[in-house]
Amino acid sequence: MSAVAAALPLADDALVLSHRLAEWLGHAPELEEELALANISLDLLGQARACYALLGDEDALAYRREEREFRNLQLVEQPNGDFAHTITRQLFFSVWQELLFGRVTGTGPPAAVAAKAVKETAYHRDHAEQWTLRLGDGTEESHRRTQRAVDALWRYTGELFQPLEGLDIAMEPLRRDWRARIGDILARATLTMPEGPDADAWSAGAGRQGVHTESFGRMLAEMQHLHRSHPGAVW
Amino acid sequence: MISLAELGVLRDVRLLDGGRTAEVELTPTYTGCPALEAMAEDIRRALHTADPRLARVSVRTVLSPPWSTDDITEEGRRKLAAAGIAPPRRPGPARGPVPVALAIRCPRCGSTDTELISRFSSTACKALRRCRTCREPFDHVKEV
Repeated sequence: MSAVAAALPLADDALVLSHRLAEWLGHAPELEEELALANISLDLLGQARACYALLGDEDALAYRREEREFRNLQLVEQPNGDFAHTITRQLFFSVWQELLFGRVTGTGPPAAVAAKAVKETAYHRDHAEQWTLRLGDGTEESHRRTQRAVDALWRYTGELFQPLEGLDIAMEPLRRDWRARIGDILARATLTMPEGPDADAWSAGAGRQGVHTESFGRMLAEMQHLHRSHPGAVW
Repeated sequence: MISLAELGVLRDVRLLDGGRTAEVELTPTYTGCPALEAMAEDIRRALHTADPRLARVSVRTVLSPPWSTDDITEEGRRKLAAAGIAPPRRPGPARGPVPVALAIRCPRCGSTDTELISRFSSTACKALRRCRTCREPFDHVKEV
């Protein structure tokens, strides 16, 4: 299988998380943070576009596929929740993405996107890490909310380590590295690493197989509405 | 005004078909850089204006090798600072056992007593900082 096969799940991860982060516009706790979330969203949108360009028409891929055709992780489609929830989702994802992109080798098209994006991802991870430390080791309230987010999102982290078709990357060492990095950050943030399962017992496959959680359909409906109502609309 | 070549995003310009076609390679600073389309449009306009015999200008986006702030030329760095934007720090010597972060100089008053406000500023490639001496906020092209 050619390496291009990996472009679809990687693009869908980036597009969906980009859209979730963009939902913060106008609602972020402060202006600087709004800019930061918008910038990270834009980086992810750029990754998605670079990957979709390898596969076909980007608008058709983003706006005209049904829920079951998306191959993104369930983690990235989770609703924003409160700020701690958004930051925890970002921490879990960006630590994984930085480790993954650092391992993509070769000169094929997805490798060029990974080599480019890994530098940006390091800033995303740093942003999420600094916020996790500040929230976890902050007030009683921020600690409580961040621990709640860590516990609630943990069940979606097992999926990060499913093999990606087309990428020859051993996922068990990646999982060990991810857990070590996350464990270290959580410990410094005075948070507790969850001990429960990192995948839901009921999930029949998961995002990589096109099985998504309830809120994803609503997100897609909003994201695709304009293009489906006014195909080819530009401004 | 900093040029695309000084910014290090202009990778190649070739003339084909006996000078009737120009092929340009452009690389984004960040993957999602929204200015890429405006840059491509500027290149097309500049080339058509410079040489009316050109029938076609194609601008191709290339990602590899990834752009780095080290690709900004000396003249480019000088122009950034003159425009009130702190240029990226230069790559240090081979990494020693203790990483030393060099100070970032305020482009307005020259003080090195500056602090980070946010890793992300008006664009993805810049961080927002504040000068503790003259109290002015400023953008800094962060190193990648």
